[in-house]
Amino acid sequence: MKNDLVLRVVGKLLIPFILLFALYVQFHGDFGPGGGFQAGVIFAAGIVFYALVFGLDNARKLMPDRLVETMLASGVLLYAGVGVAGLFLGGNFLDYFVLDHDPIHGQHRGIFWVEVGVAVTVCGVMLKIFYMFASRGRDGRDGHSIDEELR
Amino acid sequence: MALLVVVLALTRNLFAAVVLSGIYSFLMATVLVALDAVDVAMTEAAVGAGVSTVLLLGALHLCKSEETKPTHRPWLPLSVSIATAGLLIYGSLGLPDFADPQAPIHQHVTPRYLQNEVEVPNVVTAVLASFRGYDTLGETTVVFTAGAGIIALLRRRRHGKHDGDADEK
Repeated sequence: MKNDLVLRVVGKLLIPFILLFALYVQFHGDFGPGGGFQAGVIFAAGIVFYALVFGLDNARKLMPDRLVETMLASGVLLYAGVGVAGLFLGGNFLDYFVLDHDPIHGQHRGIFWVEVGVAVTVCGVMLKIFYMFASRGRDGRDGHSIDEELR
Repeated sequence: MALLVVVLALTRNLFAAVVLSGIYSFLMATVLVALDAVDVAMTEAAVGAGVSTVLLLGALHLCKSEETKPTHRPWLPLSVSIATAGLLIYGSLGLPDFADPQAPIHQHVTPRYLQNEVEVPNVVTAVLASFRGYDTLGETTVVFTAGAGIIALLRRRRHGKHDGDADEK
């Protein structure tokens, strides 16, 4: 698909908006529909779209494997870390009321960081699974990968 | 949608099946929007129609694109699924009416959730992240486990490429 002019132009136009929409879904999740999971998936879908149009190698340059794997674990750690922070501040595990002087602000802060953790993990997992499947043919005997197949 | 499912069951071309299931996911997303479950609809459109279609296409290019003829008769699985569907439909007859405010599910903890003591306008987010924080932590861990499992299963091939050639493909 690399040589398809229409796809390249449309992709270049759309991908920034897909990523921006993911961020909007993430940070507006308190007020409108959406949240961490949806934002993570939409962000990953944007990167996957980029990989399909411009090739897997370019996507790997954009989001290296090391970064994706770090995201995988750090999201869960961030989520659990919010819980442990509640413990240290004198509440229960995952008790957000103690995270700020104002309990309501504490709730908002807790929800915010928890959603960030969910988004980071989900995005990392989706990208990792895609990378793993898409690069399988490349190392194998048949030697052609998904983007060659679709081209 | 029903027509789509019949076509999906009858088609032997796996590429067509993958694309049809993506279309099915989009239709499902519109149904969920009609049911006022916008958060779920968003997930369905992004995961069901977007990412999983791409993943299935990726899996498809590793195997043949035509489904082989089944080697056995489908009667036993068919009867099991028809029996299960019959039981489910029979069970759904006992459910309260759709959107009935007196339904048990709207009497138990929902009023407390709707008091919205955390003052987050989107109640779904409040329930997911705050009231059910433990559940969501578990779900995130499940997603993480899926990713870790994929890494554990597929990455070994790259390191063990020279001795693991026999079981490739």
